[in-house]
Amino acid sequence: MAEKGGYLKRKLGRNAWVALFLLLAALHVLPWVVPSILHIMIMVFLFSLMGQGWNVLGGYAGQFSFGHSLFFGLGAYVSSLLFVRLGLTPWLGIFVSCGAGVLLGLFIGFLSFRYGLKGPFFALIMLAFAEIFHMIATGWSAVGGALGVLIPLKGNAPGLMQFMHKGPFYFMTLWLMVGSIYLVWRLEGTRLGLYFLATREDHDAAEALGVNTFRAQMAAMAISAGMTAVGGTIYAQYLLYIDPDSTFGVVNSVEIMLRPIIGGPGTILGPLLGSVVLTPLSEVTRLAFQSYSGVYLMIYGMILVAVIMFLPGGLIGLARKIVSKVHRVVT
Amino acid sequence: MTFSFVAESLLNGLLVGGVYSLMAIGLTLIFGVMRVVNFAHGSLIMLGMYTSYWAVTLLQLDPYLAILVALAVLFLIGAGFQKFLINPILDAPEHNQLLLTLGVSLFMENLAVFLWSPDYRVLKTPYAQVNYYIGDLSISLVRLLAFVSAMVLSGILYLVLTRTDLGKAIRAASEEPQGALLMGINVRRLYMITFGIGAACAGVSGAAITPFIPVYPYVGWLFVITAFVVVVLGGMGNVLGAFVGGLIIGVADSVGAMFLPGAMKSIISFTLFIIILLFKPAGLFGRRNG
Repeated sequence: MAEKGGYLKRKLGRNAWVALFLLLAALHVLPWVVPSILHIMIMVFLFSLMGQGWNVLGGYAGQFSFGHSLFFGLGAYVSSLLFVRLGLTPWLGIFVSCGAGVLLGLFIGFLSFRYGLKGPFFALIMLAFAEIFHMIATGWSAVGGALGVLIPLKGNAPGLMQFMHKGPFYFMTLWLMVGSIYLVWRLEGTRLGLYFLATREDHDAAEALGVNTFRAQMAAMAISAGMTAVGGTIYAQYLLYIDPDSTFGVVNSVEIMLRPIIGGPGTILGPLLGSVVLTPLSEVTRLAFQSYSGVYLMIYGMILVAVIMFLPGGLIGLARKIVSKVHRVVT
Repeated sequence: MTFSFVAESLLNGLLVGGVYSLMAIGLTLIFGVMRVVNFAHGSLIMLGMYTSYWAVTLLQLDPYLAILVALAVLFLIGAGFQKFLINPILDAPEHNQLLLTLGVSLFMENLAVFLWSPDYRVLKTPYAQVNYYIGDLSISLVRLLAFVSAMVLSGILYLVLTRTDLGKAIRAASEEPQGALLMGINVRRLYMITFGIGAACAGVSGAAITPFIPVYPYVGWLFVITAFVVVVLGGMGNVLGAFVGGLIIGVADSVGAMFLPGAMKSIISFTLFIIILLFKPAGLFGRRNG
């Protein structure tokens, strides 16, 4: 595709390929070298994947969602209930989850974008939808109610996405994360990717130039919701237990959106960078201040305020600034 | 479902609705004047509740005197919040302010966890036991007093906004910031005062419900979304709309509680929120837009 006119060139230099190869190779050896950090790495990758989902809609298409826990929770519930009630393997359930996420995303997108909802109003409507699902999941006993869903342990059952150790989840989340980054990287070079940016930068001007902003926003919503729902399924299978608070809860929306925002919204690597910084922070402080488990959120809050006030481009923006400054000094 | 049960829950809904009104007036005032959607409003309510709780338990104040303490404390917190955090980014894209207030809210709530532990604290006051009866309708004194406190402050605020120079300046700045600036109004200072007043509304409504709602760091979440619903219902930035909207949502919530299980009672107001945002974004009483 890159050769055809009309698409931006999506090519990496030789050095970048070598660096990328070495990094991936190192990540594949890591589980054998330091097995103790597997859990943290899985969480880093998983939230980077979902952060990337948020990033497509929030970072690229400019629609900030305050309720991505909606898709996360939906993904977790759909595959888990299909497995527990109908015995459907999560390997298929993950596709159903993804499809359900896309459909729900399109539904909300249709409602919101049709009526030109944007900015804080879109953020709040997403929050309201997430809260409605939260309440339904809590109050409706057929989907587990407040107690949630316990996924029965089947021992070593790769066919049911259950394993005796964390290794397979590590590689699964690693490759999903890499896949999400590749997808967004390719997307950046397509016409659709440019429509996203045009819609974000100036909705009316984009319309005037013939961009169908409604369709662009719908596409962003679908991709975003699908990616986040996949993350939800993996999360449920990894922990084997879900409840309304740990899936649809507001905290998860915050967790998902903070990664790209702090890493750098609208950049390919922002969600990963944000996740690399935030995930260990939350895991470590959670261990350190057990009964005061909210302390990591206090630190999140401080980081968020600092980033909004001083680094609107996120950590990637900061890195770029430093690199260009060094470049200028050197040359 | 007897008549008195229905009447009682409607009445209780109305009483709580008065408090929702005050919460929403603070929120809508801040939005109307500086176009900031204050996501930290729930945390400010929470701080109001803790202020009242500590004033009563440590200083042995009367809970209804403690409302004044919460008013003063929250005014200062709000003014400082605006001056040091919101003001510098007032010209940034609007979602940045939303994210900033989210960050502040995360910080405040979890600071409360850190300082005062996540435990539920119940304020013990002799008022909580008192009930009045009209026929077989019972009214609890603390709910009535919360309603009255909220009404009094809303009334005072209404008079300030309509009858004083400060109020005139606030309304001018909300209608036309550039024009207000040209007329010699110090708009930045006015923004600070307005945010202080908005936070004080949150603080007073929090302090007013402390005698019958347990205090804990995340308690603000019980109200903040409701407050948003009310603000949208009344029209963003419309103070009078927020007042009426609060009463409507209070009653709607109590109707919801009659038919739906406890965890789902707010579904009605959330659905209302979505429908209004989509179909009548200017609110029920919308007169002007933007």
